[in-house]
Amino acid sequence: MNTIVAPAVPSAAALSVPGFWRRARHHRSFVIGAVLALLLLLAALVSFVWTPWSPYEMDMANKMQAPSAAHWLGTDAFGRDVASLLLVGARASILVGVIAVGIGLVVGTALGLLAAARRGWVEEAIMRFADFSLAFPAILSAIMMTAVFGAGIVNAIVAIGIYNIPTFARITRASANAIWSREYIAAARACGKGSFSITMQHVLPNISAVLIVQITIRFAIAILAEAALSYLGLGTQPPQPSWGRMLSEAQTLMFQQPLLAVFPGMAIALAVLGLNLLGDGLRDLLDPRLARAR
Amino acid sequence: MPLLEVNDLRIGLQTQRGPAEAVRGISFSLERGETLGIVGESGCGKSITVMSLMGLLPSTAKVGGSIRLDGQELVGLPEKAMCQIRGNRIGMIFQEPMTALNPVHTIARQVGEPLRLHRGLSKTEARKEALGLLERVGIPDAASRLDAYPHQFSGGQRQRIGIAMALACGPDLLIADEPTTALDVTIQKQVLDLIQSLVAEMGMALILISHDLGVIANSVQRMLVMYGGSMVEAGPTKAVFAERAHPYTRGLFAARPVLGAPRTGRLATIRGSVPELVDLPRGCAFAGRCAFTAEACYTTKPPLAMKPSGHAVRCLRLEEIAAQSAVPA
Repeated sequence: MNTIVAPAVPSAAALSVPGFWRRARHHRSFVIGAVLALLLLLAALVSFVWTPWSPYEMDMANKMQAPSAAHWLGTDAFGRDVASLLLVGARASILVGVIAVGIGLVVGTALGLLAAARRGWVEEAIMRFADFSLAFPAILSAIMMTAVFGAGIVNAIVAIGIYNIPTFARITRASANAIWSREYIAAARACGKGSFSITMQHVLPNISAVLIVQITIRFAIAILAEAALSYLGLGTQPPQPSWGRMLSEAQTLMFQQPLLAVFPGMAIALAVLGLNLLGDGLRDLLDPRLARAR
Repeated sequence: MPLLEVNDLRIGLQTQRGPAEAVRGISFSLERGETLGIVGESGCGKSITVMSLMGLLPSTAKVGGSIRLDGQELVGLPEKAMCQIRGNRIGMIFQEPMTALNPVHTIARQVGEPLRLHRGLSKTEARKEALGLLERVGIPDAASRLDAYPHQFSGGQRQRIGIAMALACGPDLLIADEPTTALDVTIQKQVLDLIQSLVAEMGMALILISHDLGVIANSVQRMLVMYGGSMVEAGPTKAVFAERAHPYTRGLFAARPVLGAPRTGRLATIRGSVPELVDLPRGCAFAGRCAFTAEACYTTKPPLAMKPSGHAVRCLRLEEIAAQSAVPA
């Protein structure tokens, strides 16, 4: 009989290993990524209780100012404080990330687990559907959705979330199939467990590491997608601040005040970079074999 | 009524080279407390046979014949009813203790799982029972290790945990699929002794799969030799070991290394290689590799010949073989 070599799936057991945090502290990209991701979260949280100025208050007398003691990052074309806008704009990014990734994670993972547990035509149907929906570029399908249902943050989130579903479904199915071929699944079946409880108790915990890594990466992509949609005027609507819209508004003023584009651009870049580094770090830390090689 | 009655079991599998009959008409029965060994080389159908008893074959497999547990037909039983039997009436021990436990759950949870599933025990009750089981299978200081994870145990200990899991619900039939192949020799002996004492103590029936003749000789009352999906020889272990009526059984014996024997070169082998299931000969599966092959062997499936010792052999040329050679030492 042929030995089936299961593809590598990092074990979630690593999370419970005492050495995880000790190793994590010495992993450079994990630390940098975690700090940047925490800064993003902190910016959004702080904006609820305090911003240097009101992000909605216009001050035409002081528009397009360079950074100063009063306005740390300057003011925009309407005299609004850029630092305050960035802080409040972080909320939109996080909101989009959490909900859009949440939609993709819940629905996509459920479909992937179902495909792996049922096999046969169910698996074929789900996977062909995933292939089909991945054939459309993400931004295009989001534009299509907002064109049909109207522009706005909710529709943008839903569009990005739907795009995440096939990605999560594919990753989940591939990892879950690898787990299903393990002997402890045979042992669980030999104990008389049904496929639902095997999926929930044995398969899901064992693929959680893969999913955690994927969440961080998808989160970054969702932030980028929100910025792109808002830039196109299809995402967050005024006066609600969003990094993407700040960029698009700054575009017309590039020659008068280039800093207006630099700050939101930097915010987006740092958030995406941070989440990607965090994902890379987690991938290394949750994979016992990579951890040893280091 | 025997506990387990397998009658003319046939299993067809879908392989890359088309449909193949992996098991071709196996019959045996097993009383409570009886122990049966199944020997044969890799791919001869031993694991498939026991997997069919558990109802764990791939969904594309076709099963014919009958498997009765206490009179209840298991072939074609719906999945839900089969789940009631697995782990409850039939327990199974796996080959690879390193992979047969889920790395993310504590052993208390894994051993208690079948009890919660089949006996409806609460978490605390299951934990208490799990402690008793782990002590019974000889995990030292079990009380303090209930919340340990599988990677914190050695291979032998993990196999003991696997045994505790299989025994949790006090099954009537225990299936051990090469339980000691992955263990080193001293641990092998301990684990086999443990299985045997548990079987005797709990009055279970045991089916032990192995390709190690030494393991079979010491552990089971009756044995069954399989080749190419067919049963070539079956009977009381002692009788089969004494007579070795089928040429394949003789080949197996000749090929085993003997401790203390003078090292006179290479071990004996059975010439040729195992045919793929897709292209097995129509007659005797062993035809062509056997020194006694005659024309008829390729075309006629040999009937099962019963010997007075209660020992059955499937070979056309028994008389010639008996006449030509005495049992080799």
